[in-house]
Amino acid sequence: MSEKFLEIRNIVKVYPTPEGGEVRALDDVSLDIAAGEFFILLGPSGCGKTTLLRSIAGLEYPDSGEIVLLGDRIDDKPPYERPVNTVFQSYALFPHMTVGENIAFGLEMEKIEKDEVAKRVVEALAQVKLSGYENRLPSQISGGQQQRVALARALAKKPKVLLLDEPLSALDLKLRRGMQVELKRLQRETGITFVFVTHDQEEAMSMGDRIAVFSEGKIIQLDTPVNVYRRPVNAYVADFIGETNLIEGTIVASGISLPGGNILPTNQLAEDSVVPNSGKVTVAIRPEDLVIANDGIIGGTVRDVIFTGDSVRVYVTVGDIEVIASLASYGTAIPAQGSHVTLNPENRAARTVAS
Amino acid sequence: MTATTSTPKSDSKQREHRARPGQASPKLAYLPIIFLAFAIGVPLLIIVIYSFLEKPSQGTGVKWVFTTENYKALFIQQKLDGTTALDTRYIKVLWTSFTYSLITTIVTLILSVPVAMWIATRDARKRNLLVALVTLPFWISILIRTYGMRQIIADEGPIGKFLGIFNIEWSILYAPPATILGLIYVFLPFMILPIYASAERFDFRLAEAAYDLGAKKMTVVRKIILPSIRPGIISGIALVFIPALGSFLQSDMLGGGKTNMVANVIANNFQQARNWPFGSALAVLLIVLTLLFVLIIQGISQRRGDKVELV
Repeated sequence: MSEKFLEIRNIVKVYPTPEGGEVRALDDVSLDIAAGEFFILLGPSGCGKTTLLRSIAGLEYPDSGEIVLLGDRIDDKPPYERPVNTVFQSYALFPHMTVGENIAFGLEMEKIEKDEVAKRVVEALAQVKLSGYENRLPSQISGGQQQRVALARALAKKPKVLLLDEPLSALDLKLRRGMQVELKRLQRETGITFVFVTHDQEEAMSMGDRIAVFSEGKIIQLDTPVNVYRRPVNAYVADFIGETNLIEGTIVASGISLPGGNILPTNQLAEDSVVPNSGKVTVAIRPEDLVIANDGIIGGTVRDVIFTGDSVRVYVTVGDIEVIASLASYGTAIPAQGSHVTLNPENRAARTVAS
Repeated sequence: MTATTSTPKSDSKQREHRARPGQASPKLAYLPIIFLAFAIGVPLLIIVIYSFLEKPSQGTGVKWVFTTENYKALFIQQKLDGTTALDTRYIKVLWTSFTYSLITTIVTLILSVPVAMWIATRDARKRNLLVALVTLPFWISILIRTYGMRQIIADEGPIGKFLGIFNIEWSILYAPPATILGLIYVFLPFMILPIYASAERFDFRLAEAAYDLGAKKMTVVRKIILPSIRPGIISGIALVFIPALGSFLQSDMLGGGKTNMVANVIANNFQQARNWPFGSALAVLLIVLTLLFVLIIQGISQRRGDKVELV
């Protein structure tokens, strides 16, 4: 982050709704993306992440704010004047052109010589492991292969920034996992900055160098995957990233009084947890951080026990809320349905979060 | 056990005869097919037969004597002194029809592509309204519409009066431009609708992808949009050019006597000239030429690998 690479400054984009109101798709968004970074824009649909991506691509023009790439303002330039390319969610391969022609299209627009275009098409296809597919039509190859062609088409242009709009959402789980690894490799090899939009938090965590978590047109948290997971800034992030038990408690002298009447001592919370002096507070505990203890803090009745292979999920009814504990499926005592258990947060992994 | 297995067997046999849900019986198509075979096939056969018969010395109709003279007369003139010469009159009429149809096709095509694209990019509700407006002329008889056109373009019509203010002379009625204008007016919806049908299915994300890859507006139109709507364009060309070739009303009502298209000559032979066999021969020639154009259009589209509707 020594030199500024891609700067997003105070971007605002407002859409009118059919009812006559307006939606702030991007509400004063600012962020810096470093050169060579794998940057994730994460959030539920309609949170503004795709609007930001399209604004960088030039397919959308923000109402106000600036986008600066390597010192150049690009937000008012047309797409063809930006050294930025996109891999679309729908792939958007030209159906009347072969795979080779699809990849060559962007190069021909740069008036590159024919021999050079042919060379780079071969290179790009090799990069995505589709050598020899030049003469196929998009309709003659599988969805996963189309995805690779879309990637090759954008990479062949050697952009400064590659924008990826939920590129893996149409693939099945196994293919998606494979492509995640592949994308990481391509990003490492090419050194191109990737800006990747997804609503899949697992994908975001496994791929990103940094993640910007969006909600309603605003960035809620911008941090590394580990920090976003381990130190969510609020209940929204805690709940959106991974799975979290959000338990409402009341501040008392010795700690936080949880449903069921037990007290969670303050010294068992994560060190950087902010505990107010009084009032209500939300405690976030990941299911995998809960263990069954003899005299645990959270007591309740086991409603359900579900075996998922690598873990066992135990649903415990505590008063009028439900707490999920994820236990190792091997080597732990699994409580029976209907039995009474008490749970303890481990390793000071419980934390207070702003609601 | 044996008793229970026999029941489903007979059951499945019964089912074979029943149409699957959502599938109509092919028998439903028999009646319209028979009707069309009679309505198109029989008159066509009569025309072909008449074209090989002699004209009676008096009155209308045909004399049942075989001859190929009618076809010869399309191209060869019998002079009074017994010699023969090439007769270019009918070739010229066919050429006139061909050029009028070509101009009509080109003009409607140029007008229709932007209109169809514009409609296709509106939201669903507006699209339906706009398509309804395009089809609105079909609600009114073509005769009335052509008559209305005559009033508008007449020398003393609104256009003529308006231009008169600036002392510009306006006189196109009963001349070739009026015929072509009438053809363009009548056939425009037949070009817009198939192109719209293709354009509506066009995935505009492809245009975005082209922009993203560095294409400018005209390149996107030429390399991405036009190839994608080509099936609609070919259908439109077929739907305009072929019927325009055989159109009658526009040259009759707007072109006056000066601009005869081939259909007017055919009609004339059946009416005033009372030469049914010769009219039939000219009609057969027109049908053959039309079929030729259909085959050419189909050949072009097949070579390109397009799926063309309506041809």
